[in-house]
Amino acid sequence: MMAAVTGIGVVAPNGVGTETYWQAVLAGRSGIGPLTRFDARGYPVRIAGEVTGFDAAEHVPSRLRVQTDRWTHLAFTAAEMALSDAGADTDELPEYEMAVLTSSSSGGTEFGQYEIERLWSKGSRYVTAYQSIAWFYAATTGQLSIRHGMRGPCGVVCTEQAGGLDAAGRTCRLLESDGARFVLTGGTDASLCPYGVTAQAATGLISPSEEPERGYQPFASTASGYVPGEGGAILVVEQADAARERGAKHVYGLITGYAATFDPRPGTPDPEGGSRLRRAAQLALADAGLECGQVDVVFADASGDPERDRIEATTLREFFGPHGVPVTAPKTMTGRLYGGGAALDVATALLSIRDGVIPPTINVPALAPGCDLDLVRGEPREGPIRNALILARGYGGFNAALVVSGTE
Amino acid sequence: MSTFTLDDLAKLMRECGGEDQEGLCGDTLDVPFADLGYDSLALLEITTRIENRYSVSIPEDMATGMKTPREAIDYVNTLVHAA
Amino acid sequence: MSAVRQERVPVITGIGVVAPGGVGTKAFWELLTAGRTATRAISLFDAGSFRSRIAAECDFDPAAEGLSPQEIRRMDRAAQFAVVAAREALTDSGLELAEIDPGLIGVSIGSAVGCTTGLEEEYVVLSDGGRRWLLDPSYAVPQLYGYMVPSTMAVEVAWACGAEGPVSLTSTGCTAGLDSMGHGAQLIREGSAEIVLAGATDAPLSPITVACFDAIRATSPNNADPESASRPFDLNRDGFVLGEGAAVMVLEEREAARRRGARGYAEISGFARRSNAFHMTGLKPDGREMAEAIRDALRQAGASAGDVDYINAHGSGTRQNDRHETAAFKRSLGERAREIPVSSIKSMIGHSLGAIGSIEIAASALALRHQVVPPTANLHTPDPECDLDYVPLTAREHAMDAVLSVGSGFGGFQSAMLLRRGETA
Repeated sequence: MMAAVTGIGVVAPNGVGTETYWQAVLAGRSGIGPLTRFDARGYPVRIAGEVTGFDAAEHVPSRLRVQTDRWTHLAFTAAEMALSDAGADTDELPEYEMAVLTSSSSGGTEFGQYEIERLWSKGSRYVTAYQSIAWFYAATTGQLSIRHGMRGPCGVVCTEQAGGLDAAGRTCRLLESDGARFVLTGGTDASLCPYGVTAQAATGLISPSEEPERGYQPFASTASGYVPGEGGAILVVEQADAARERGAKHVYGLITGYAATFDPRPGTPDPEGGSRLRRAAQLALADAGLECGQVDVVFADASGDPERDRIEATTLREFFGPHGVPVTAPKTMTGRLYGGGAALDVATALLSIRDGVIPPTINVPALAPGCDLDLVRGEPREGPIRNALILARGYGGFNAALVVSGTE
Repeated sequence: MSTFTLDDLAKLMRECGGEDQEGLCGDTLDVPFADLGYDSLALLEITTRIENRYSVSIPEDMATGMKTPREAIDYVNTLVHAA
Repeated sequence: MSAVRQERVPVITGIGVVAPGGVGTKAFWELLTAGRTATRAISLFDAGSFRSRIAAECDFDPAAEGLSPQEIRRMDRAAQFAVVAAREALTDSGLELAEIDPGLIGVSIGSAVGCTTGLEEEYVVLSDGGRRWLLDPSYAVPQLYGYMVPSTMAVEVAWACGAEGPVSLTSTGCTAGLDSMGHGAQLIREGSAEIVLAGATDAPLSPITVACFDAIRATSPNNADPESASRPFDLNRDGFVLGEGAAVMVLEEREAARRRGARGYAEISGFARRSNAFHMTGLKPDGREMAEAIRDALRQAGASAGDVDYINAHGSGTRQNDRHETAAFKRSLGERAREIPVSSIKSMIGHSLGAIGSIEIAASALALRHQVVPPTANLHTPDPECDLDYVPLTAREHAMDAVLSVGSGFGGFQSAMLLRRGETA
């Protein structure tokens, strides 16, 4: 069974719409800037990757808009783009063979925050009836299923920033063994609200920098954490045969391998340095039936935390050899998008395969000691790409690896 | 307490998601809420807002029993005037 | 992707439960078979101003359950439930974890609302009781982010068992506990793991969650009579009663379980889900999509309607659910639906959202082990629209080889799982 990606929808800080985003990425244009969603003075987070130029009113009917969080608005929009890109008429497809499987990191944080505020400041009678369906982590999947009449095996996976890969990987299982032929997957996130960023900053992983160029410099000697962002991507993934059967207009690529692992608890003595990222990469390549030498590019997790960067760089060096594979982190242009980040990386990797070009990593002037990678910096690098390995890690120890491949 | 008018209800309906919809007017007074695009959750939301704003209490069965804007306006006014 | 070579059957070999009425599997099963209800007035916070002021609370003392002071500080209530349940399940299974490659241990936890309780408590601290948001960001506790992302609960369970294989949290609302078990079973089937700790947890008894169900009038307002407020399938039912708790189970591959001489409670023979794509909270009365999920679960198990000996129902006690579900049973099982016992343990332990699906699987597995069907408490006045055998009030001895457990949740999700007594029982 082959899982073919036939539609992509992107809502990113540096571009709403797949091609707009892709052009920005190739041009090295960043969407990171001052945090403007609320008055961020006094907050530990002052810069962010905001999806600007997105007016939910243009994309989401008012009745749905008031019932849902911004995270779901972004997903509605990305899903419509992906479906339109796939050229699929969902009315024509068997209802039980269509499914939605999204990644959610923190649900409708902004919606939830304002309802908690109302509850504690005004009283329980002021909590809206929509709270019950807007905040919880399944809101986006449920709403997409309803909107597009998808009655198959839907799901929601929460592994923080690894979620986009887990959702895509599990999508293959839906297609293989759960009777689905057509799946909306991916994820979005929008937690740039006061409570959201306060909670994110509590990890100590966010950069204290207030300069957009300095806030997220993974693998750099000046790495100081990351910049939070919002947005993500939704993909249409189909059984390759079914896609052909319905005359899908294009196939971006195939999802050919996936694996997930988990790190030992911090503090546990461990000869492997406390990470199981390498094992995830190994298992995903084995799943795809590929050797290291067949991987043309790695989309790195690129934490931005010096220690975690070093772990990933070591993993890549040991696995592929020194400078054994080009590595990139276009997320330096968007910030880390939590539930949507890895999904956007999958989209970006597929566009890379389509156009035979590796998008750049920006804002990394000099590599840190121990992070000596063939990092594609500043400018895109052209050349045929058959297989891309995407890595992601989630807060607490989640690792995921996904392989996407061209159709040739 | 002032009378609960068509305009008051129209405003609440817009707040609860009807912004894109055709405005509520005399012609739609007898059209069921469901046909106007308001589902059970939206109706609960409208009911709670009426209760909070007009300091009335709408019994549970009435909250789902008001099928059209006219029924809602008439019912709320009996409560408002009794208060 | 690699093909499945030979059939690998997931078996439940250990059970851990934290439920209202008593911590631990033994107390849980005693409560169920006695037909006792654990619903009562809310004591965890002052619920005086709420419409529904009743719930099924767990009498849970984390220190008495063996959690360290650091664990108690770090984890919110739902995570604590999950870890305590996971430890009980491991002990019950008799597994020697040290003998197992950690890379082959997986975790699949479900939750509907995650660490909402911790998130709300911290909000109250940071806003001076809601009066002034953000007194000072430096008041944010280090674990605040862990409360915002529900995946933390899977992390805690993974740490509790040393898992280094696939670990995840599934959050499909009130079917999360069935879906997480289904995912865990899938990991065993496909060979991604040899051992999976699968289950679900929720601790939704905090003001914001109680308020949000108040707002949609889904919970029972029968504050005068909490003990009999949860009345699934009864004519006088008036909404569900919130609960809390967790169940975690050890799943392992049947041959491996047999080799080590483990006694299985049940095999997970079939699991399927569908979505109604109808409404986030509303259900059509016809039960169509749930029926489809049931049919698919049976088909996967190679079972027919006649093989089903008992249905552990969703039975939430809302007017629409119980009617919807009854229709789904008739639609999928035909006449067989009228011949077999159907019961809802939510009548006794309330509805703990995502957790309940796993707690109900635990109850179903225990029903198979003991050959006893737990009753539907508080069912005094039959509803003509719910006309099956709901095992009112009293537990019943009953020969069972296969049990069907179903769930239904906000978002339109419908899930069904078929358990069989199996060869290792």
